[in-house]
Amino acid sequence: MNAKQLGKRLFQIVLVAVGISFLTFLITYLAPGDPVRTMFAATGTMPSEELIQETRETMGLNRPLLVQYFDWLCGCLKGDFGTSYAYHKPVATLLMDRLWPTLKLSISSMFLMLLVAVPIGMAQATHKNSIVDYALRGVTFFGVSMPNFWVGLLLMLVFCVRLQLLPVASFGGDLKSLILPSVTLAFAMSAKYTRQVRTAILEELNQDYVTGARARGVKEWQILWLNVFPNSLLPLITMLGLSLGSLLGGTAVVEVIFSYPGMGSLAVAAITAYDYPLIQGYVLWISLIYMLVNLAVDISYNYVDPRMREKR
Amino acid sequence: MKFKSFVKKNKFFCLFAALAFLIILAAVFAPVITGGVDPAASVLKDALQAPSTAHIFGTDKLGRDIFTRVIYGARTSLAAAFSVVFIIFALGTVLGVLAGYFRGWVDTVIMRIADMMVSFPGMVFAMAIAGILGASIRNAVIAVALVSWTKYARLARSLVLKIRNRDYVAAAVVTGSKTPYILIRYMVPNVIPTLVITAATDIGGMMLELAGLSFLGFGAKAPNPEWGLMLNEGRPFIQSAPWMMIYPGAAIFVVVVVFNLLGDALRDVLDVRDE
Repeated sequence: MNAKQLGKRLFQIVLVAVGISFLTFLITYLAPGDPVRTMFAATGTMPSEELIQETRETMGLNRPLLVQYFDWLCGCLKGDFGTSYAYHKPVATLLMDRLWPTLKLSISSMFLMLLVAVPIGMAQATHKNSIVDYALRGVTFFGVSMPNFWVGLLLMLVFCVRLQLLPVASFGGDLKSLILPSVTLAFAMSAKYTRQVRTAILEELNQDYVTGARARGVKEWQILWLNVFPNSLLPLITMLGLSLGSLLGGTAVVEVIFSYPGMGSLAVAAITAYDYPLIQGYVLWISLIYMLVNLAVDISYNYVDPRMREKR
Repeated sequence: MKFKSFVKKNKFFCLFAALAFLIILAAVFAPVITGGVDPAASVLKDALQAPSTAHIFGTDKLGRDIFTRVIYGARTSLAAAFSVVFIIFALGTVLGVLAGYFRGWVDTVIMRIADMMVSFPGMVFAMAIAGILGASIRNAVIAVALVSWTKYARLARSLVLKIRNRDYVAAAVVTGSKTPYILIRYMVPNVIPTLVITAATDIGGMMLELAGLSFLGFGAKAPNPEWGLMLNEGRPFIQSAPWMMIYPGAAIFVVVVVFNLLGDALRDVLDVRDE
């Protein structure tokens, strides 16, 4: 990937981010919920009609949609993502506080997932169409079909309620409170990823160089780990980047179950409270993280696969 | 005779189809199966009872029979998942065929929107849409459909691109066939089989997404027996009444497994490329 392509990709990311934020804005504009009434309802007061109008005026909610949007967009460029209705704090500060816990959760569950999925997928590929393959395929099939919130609750039931090994709520954010949320997230993900590892490894095993190496008497484990695995990294990294999307969506559910203080649980609370600036900030941030990670994945091709460097 | 040989050749498909049919029957005849118990009838003195012969799945915090609610829940889940799949199937086919056949600005506009939709995490956006529109099954269906149609549009477009320059299409144009006729007679039938397979394999996944939204409180509303929502209601009682979350979760799991297996089996039946 050269400078020109990089520039093009960055431009695309900006375009999509503007598109997404406008869509979110449009929906909040058209939605039946009224943030001003919700705000007053939260404080427990019954406001008069004039007070509601006045508040709408000071919050700038009476202006046309496009004016509100461009105002918000210009603010974003300066790092000002608006002020949360519910917390009365800048959206950027709120999200920043929750960013690291969510990243920690995502990274640890991804790590766990790889630890499970790569060996299993490899075992399936090397024992293709044997009993091992079918049995493991059955297991992954059930893994894909289990709702992650149910898995989380069952784990909680077993480890927190029955065995009392781990805390029920993860307020602290220490290592212990990270275990169950990451296991839950890794569970469904590894089921999906195992299949992809199997396909990728099988594809490589059919290459001529494998037959050649076998003919020369190279040991099977050497072929597998030193030749086949490095060569199948490219599709595996791509899929890892793409699966981040469902991971970021999944964190919301898991964070809510385990009362984990991350961006997801903050967003769920914001959506329930019609806290529009916070929702818009969350959608924009998550989209940007997702797109930037996938850009980084594409850039990493240059290092993983030398052919990519020469081609362009 | 033909039916018999079909069954013999596609044993698994027939088995899973029969199971899926049973689930649909259970949803349709829910009142018969549950013996006329009202899923919303709360008997407070029976609240939080463990599974027994009277209530085989136990009762919830309002004394409602969980078995009855699980059976009735199949109606909501199936109806919602089928509507999502139907909407994205129809929308994706139409937009994809139009984009592929007409190319030019139609293609550019439709595919740029599709590109935008796949380049950010869809479920995060669906959550925001469903929540902002207000919690209801209908809004959850709209939200999930809005972020999922692009896969079908891309597939339909690529299939149309493959055949639009074939001789028989050119012959149809030369002999004066009208464009709508060409689209319906030649383009759509070429697209349908692949999209049907995709749709069948998507039913289970859509069910999970919808249940997830309901679990977070962005889907079905309170008295409605919906599995995701029931799990959410059972969450605070995980210590005292774990059956409140075990059975609805198991119901989602079983139904999703059956529909996923059915989708895979259908792919084997319809997809001749594997042979």
